[in-house]
Amino acid sequence: MNFTADELKRMYTTMVLIRKFEQNSIEIFAERMKRGDFPGALHSSEGQEAIAVGVSSQLRPDDYVFSTYRGHGHAIAKGMPINKVVAEVHGRATGASRGYGGSMHLFDKSINFMGGNGIVGAGLPLALGTAYAAVKRGTDQVTAVYFGDGGASQGAFHEAINMAAIKKYPIIFICENNQYAATTHVSVNCPIEDIGDRAKAYGIPGPVVDGNNLFEVVDTAGAAVSRARGGEGPTLIECKTWRHRAHCMVIPEHRPGKDREHWANRDPIDQMRDHLTAAGIADAAAIEQLDADVQEQLKAAVAFMQDSPFPDPAEIAEVVYAG
Amino acid sequence: MPAETTVRRKLKPIVAMNEALDAAMAADDDVVLFGEDIGAYGGVWALSKGLQKKYGELRVFDTPLSECAIMGTCAGAAMAGLRPVIEIMYVDFMTVAMDQLVNQAAKIRLMSGGAFDLPMTIIAPCGAGTSEAAQHSNSLEAWFLNTPGLKVVMPSTVYDMKGLLTAAIGDNNPVMYLWHKALYDLEEEVPDGVWTVPLGEAAVRREGGDITVVAYSLMMHRAMAAAAELDGRVSVEIIDPRTLHPFDLDTVLRSVRKTGRLLVVHESPLRCGVGGDIVRRVCEAGFELLQQAPQVVGGVDSPIPFSKSLEDAVVPQVSDIRAAIETMVE
Repeated sequence: MNFTADELKRMYTTMVLIRKFEQNSIEIFAERMKRGDFPGALHSSEGQEAIAVGVSSQLRPDDYVFSTYRGHGHAIAKGMPINKVVAEVHGRATGASRGYGGSMHLFDKSINFMGGNGIVGAGLPLALGTAYAAVKRGTDQVTAVYFGDGGASQGAFHEAINMAAIKKYPIIFICENNQYAATTHVSVNCPIEDIGDRAKAYGIPGPVVDGNNLFEVVDTAGAAVSRARGGEGPTLIECKTWRHRAHCMVIPEHRPGKDREHWANRDPIDQMRDHLTAAGIADAAAIEQLDADVQEQLKAAVAFMQDSPFPDPAEIAEVVYAG
Repeated sequence: MPAETTVRRKLKPIVAMNEALDAAMAADDDVVLFGEDIGAYGGVWALSKGLQKKYGELRVFDTPLSECAIMGTCAGAAMAGLRPVIEIMYVDFMTVAMDQLVNQAAKIRLMSGGAFDLPMTIIAPCGAGTSEAAQHSNSLEAWFLNTPGLKVVMPSTVYDMKGLLTAAIGDNNPVMYLWHKALYDLEEEVPDGVWTVPLGEAAVRREGGDITVVAYSLMMHRAMAAAAELDGRVSVEIIDPRTLHPFDLDTVLRSVRKTGRLLVVHESPLRCGVGGDIVRRVCEAGFELLQQAPQVVGGVDSPIPFSKSLEDAVVPQVSDIRAAIETMVE
């Protein structure tokens, strides 16, 4: 996969934006919790940025994406404006879902970002619907759906992949295997080494990649998207990865220190930074500048959020039902 | 769509629904139909008979035996702007599809801040009386009514089965369309053509002055039979709400204003049931209209057992409804 220097820098800054956004959200939530407020659940995707950015680099704006409750990165990488993400996570009327969805339910119809999901594995059956719609209409839109290693234990995973394979629906099923479903290790959830191997049962490809290596994700997702767009059917991609933090803010870190160290040396953003430097695309000063620009962008988004109103409860009834 | 004409003919429920689907598919290319056995075979109830041949395999198709995947496909397709209709072969099988209905289809409009409409219709036969035992005989409307984001339609006549299905398909929300299996052989003289019965408009099935009986689906017919038996002794007014959400409270209140008495009849369980909620609404809006405590006749606290003697004992029979009316009036 060939990218221009600008494209590579943009992918890097998107990864950095996702990370800084996650860190900033945690800071704001922690501050509120300290005041006795309960700001809601927050599931950080720090450490998994290469998957969202790599997959999105292979999608068109009109391709569909279904996300998870750990989906801020998916939304940002698909092109959701950072102002709308920040405002939604903090419950403002200017948010992606006007404050009705929150961190787990970011939606943006204008970029076919079809929402996060608080129910593990529940995005997979929904993905069948947009994929079917594309086939029925004769467009070549692809649907990408993310889920985790926990999601692969749901019946919805098997029902959806089975049906997608039978119908040759244009879907890429992306398993972000970050090793833990909440606090439960993947070995307790899955009897085989690679979740990707489950693809064999449905007669579709099931590549397993290093989800922390942007270029591996890009190449694999690119092949799956081509296959889907060409009418050859779905692919299950397993991305091995690691989230930097425990499941969510209220769960203390419980994972073995040696595993954390192992993955700390494989951070996707560090790898990308090294690549940009080694390829002569950005030296240390240029990278510092890129990082500073992202920080400014985020600061502006937080200010936008703070200036935004909370949603008006008088509108609830008309949001529940369509007229 | 072609308008209702004056030619009359005899029609049965499944043909009525099939014709409503046919007309909706002819009028709107976004209307699609799928489910188990729906494609080549034409549906186990013959719901989709002839439709795959007419509209092709892209618009009418078989799915794997996966209710969760069927419901997900339906909700996702609706999010993408199609107007899908699915059949869940028995409403009892909805349990397998509940997450995709309750946590997804019913909530996505709200979770997206109103950005996504989900125009989708779920057709599912319900009810006891066919000796199909505990997992093929449920009446689950109370579950769906307790799920904000859904609409619930329960037709009792062939005319309404056709007209309400047309309305459900045209609605921009997820609609549960529940028809009673014991009405499968109902035959009714209806006009030719296609018509719409709007969601949220009750029908007065029988006029009377002594008591208001609210009954829907199969129970509307049993209430009518009970009223006929009491003819000359008790003047019974029967209101068929036709849709449970939206619910036409005004028509019920208008009737209670006249009769001063309210009896609600349904097959689904009494506990936390539809009748309790209708009584609540009437009490809140028109307590002063009631001469005595309103009553509900409903299913007993039991799954539906197999043997006919047992099955008949757990859902209201004509004699139960008649006895309740007599007790209230006399």
